[in-house]
Amino acid sequence: MDVLMLKRTLIGVVLACGMTAAATAQEPKMGGVINAVIQPEPPSLMLAMIQNGPTQMVAGNIFEGLLRYSPKLEPLPGLAESWTISDDAKVYTFKLKKGVTWHDGKPFTSADVLFSIDMLRQTHARARGNLTQVEKVEAPDDSTVVFTLKQPFGPFIGIFEVGSMPMVPKHIYEGTDFKTNAANNAPIGTGPFMFKEWQKGSFIRLVKNPNYHVKGQPYPIYIDEIYWQVIPDAAARSVAFETGKIDVLPGGSVENFDVPRISKLKNTCVTGAGWEFFSPLAWMWLNNRAGPTANKKFRQAVMYAVDRNFAKDVIWNGFAKVATGPSASTLKFYTDDVPKYDYDPAKAKAMLKEAGYKGEKVRLQPLPYGETWQRWGEAVKQNLQDVGINVETIATDVPGSNQKIGDWDYDIAFTYLYQYGDPALGVARNYITSQITKGQQFNNVEGYSNPEVDQLFADGATATPDSKRKEIYEKVQKILVEDVPVAWQLELQFPTITHCQIKNLITTAIGVNDGFRDAWIEK
Amino acid sequence: MLSFIAQRIVKGVIVLLAIIVLNFFLIRLAPGDPAVVMAGEAGASDQIFVQQLREKFGLDKPLPEQLFLYVKGILSFDLGFSFRQQMPVSTLILERLPATLLLTGTAFVISLVLGIFFGALAARWAGTWADTLITVLALIFYATPLFWVALMAILLFSVALDWLPSFGYETVGANYMGFAHILDVAAHLILPALTIGLFFMATYARMTRASMLEVKRLDFVKTARAKGLGDNLIQRRHVLRNALLPVVTLAGLQAGTLIGGAVLTETVFAWPGIGRLMYDALLQRDYNLLLGVFVVCSAMVLVFNLVTDLIYRLVDPRIEFAS
Repeated sequence: MDVLMLKRTLIGVVLACGMTAAATAQEPKMGGVINAVIQPEPPSLMLAMIQNGPTQMVAGNIFEGLLRYSPKLEPLPGLAESWTISDDAKVYTFKLKKGVTWHDGKPFTSADVLFSIDMLRQTHARARGNLTQVEKVEAPDDSTVVFTLKQPFGPFIGIFEVGSMPMVPKHIYEGTDFKTNAANNAPIGTGPFMFKEWQKGSFIRLVKNPNYHVKGQPYPIYIDEIYWQVIPDAAARSVAFETGKIDVLPGGSVENFDVPRISKLKNTCVTGAGWEFFSPLAWMWLNNRAGPTANKKFRQAVMYAVDRNFAKDVIWNGFAKVATGPSASTLKFYTDDVPKYDYDPAKAKAMLKEAGYKGEKVRLQPLPYGETWQRWGEAVKQNLQDVGINVETIATDVPGSNQKIGDWDYDIAFTYLYQYGDPALGVARNYITSQITKGQQFNNVEGYSNPEVDQLFADGATATPDSKRKEIYEKVQKILVEDVPVAWQLELQFPTITHCQIKNLITTAIGVNDGFRDAWIEK
Repeated sequence: MLSFIAQRIVKGVIVLLAIIVLNFFLIRLAPGDPAVVMAGEAGASDQIFVQQLREKFGLDKPLPEQLFLYVKGILSFDLGFSFRQQMPVSTLILERLPATLLLTGTAFVISLVLGIFFGALAARWAGTWADTLITVLALIFYATPLFWVALMAILLFSVALDWLPSFGYETVGANYMGFAHILDVAAHLILPALTIGLFFMATYARMTRASMLEVKRLDFVKTARAKGLGDNLIQRRHVLRNALLPVVTLAGLQAGTLIGGAVLTETVFAWPGIGRLMYDALLQRDYNLLLGVFVVCSAMVLVFNLVTDLIYRLVDPRIEFAS
């Protein structure tokens, strides 16, 4: 089957499932157990302190944020039932849902929100960054929380999903040593599922919260239990799904090249939905400081040399989109009106000549995240060699890769980063001068510095209204794509694979990470 | 004999300390530390975050001080705290120990019993088709990579035939009790235990065969035959028993690696054992946990070496303990 056929088949499967759901619009059924894969095993479920992917995926059922977000990134009620923004865009007032209780029965109030903000500022690097524009947080009564900002901050309404700002129980954590608190291993949240059991190395068991707080529904959670099963080998995860022992393979659970085969199995539904908030964008860091990659023409040559459509169609089996620049197309203020770098080896060779490249060795560091990434690294190496770049592959494991990137000890290195719904949160950090700090992997690792870009990103974060932000971000995208500080590759999609009797699993922009509150099983 | 054991224990403790010190520095040679890993997983980090993590793990202290604190802990039987998993290392290891011992213990028994049995048969029928068959099968089991055998076993027995479960220690959510639970665990145990067991069986079979053929040629066997003893008796009492010494040595070495030696099999079959714990700890640079597993594994090797020495004496009473 050729790649196009394969894509059509996949799209067919996706559409078929979507149409079935839409056409039947069945009444949700109560009861049932969902077996899902979690990989790797999370180190802890305490979301306020550990934010790795698996922790977010499991703990998103236990904890909640003030808001949730639609696939179009519009805010939806979470623990806050309503919110208002002042005319000067500096005061955000949240009204909390009344009658919400923690899993241990204690009431959830504005005091918990205030405490959570304090705790997250100490333990959650991303939340700390998101809250820098907050001047003060107040709780005038038990069900109201008021955030006052130092200046308008465009993305502020987008920072309240559960992974970015989970609410934690004040009565459990206040006055304790956070890192050794016993509740870290038996977390207490307000979410639709409660922690029940964790057999390390085997499974995590969550059970329905009988007191969940969706208005007008006495027993609003349909699923009785969730077993998150730990299966470390990707092939074994495929087999577990194939033999019916597992119902849900969240994005990234199986190697990408196995997705087409699994998609064709009976009773199997595949969807790329649920990644809108994260919009994972893959690129190659190009070290702007030294070596051939310090030369803009060399970097542009790299863009022309790499066949990104091949990577999309063959390596990622069509579950990707060629990136046009620093913003994913799902992100606010995205524009494709930027310089284009189509695959053109002849042009790449000419540009290398212009750049004065003399065949110096260039180190290429693939991302050590499994076979798909390894293959991608090999394909890019071949592309670069084809235009005459002398490439040496550097093999390392995850800690080694993190360390080398953080220490700027690389020439070209693969990565993929989340964009968190707004360029001020997930894009600016990779290109502004103030984010050039050694020892970290998510900031301006490439060492690009352009005062105009710095100013535009600063203006974009605080400008109002959105039309003005749009204008600024469109301008900065054009400048960056011209300068090629990094080599953007693909907007990635991590398909979620389920047995088709699992309904309504993904309803918001953070997908599986938002918990299984709306899911039900067709009997 | 007691002084022999006492002396071996003292030596063992010294060796163990040397292993701890060596491993302590060795794992720190690999690039990246737990703070780097956790910052990497957080999807965002700043210097405060990484610094906080380093302080939390005690990584901001000078290396000699870190080593001193660790060894001090070990001497009071404290393996430290895994900050990544937010649990004491000893709890994490003890949680996984039963599953690993069950898997590797079963595999050990399978390999030893079948290996000696088939090795003895091959020696007895040396040069016949049965000998050739056993030898060829042993070589196949020995030469084939474990993970491939595991995957093929899953494809055949779990996917195609649907006879046996493909992963895990028990059926999650079934809540079997009593005998039903034992049967359930046994069903999950068969494939991983056979995968390891057949590999080691091959080595025992080869070793037993070679050793028995060598012993058979010795004078005392001829004497036994001249005395008119039956062939079965000669094979069992004189040849096999004398031929077992190298097998005991090999078994002692294997027993020592029972805890940490099943990483691949545990990974493919999602068996919740120590091998996987160690592998994950390595990838996450969870220093305390990794060192803790090393300490337990090293202690096992030392204990089994001692036990092997003691068994030598039982197998061959001519051996004396020199203290």
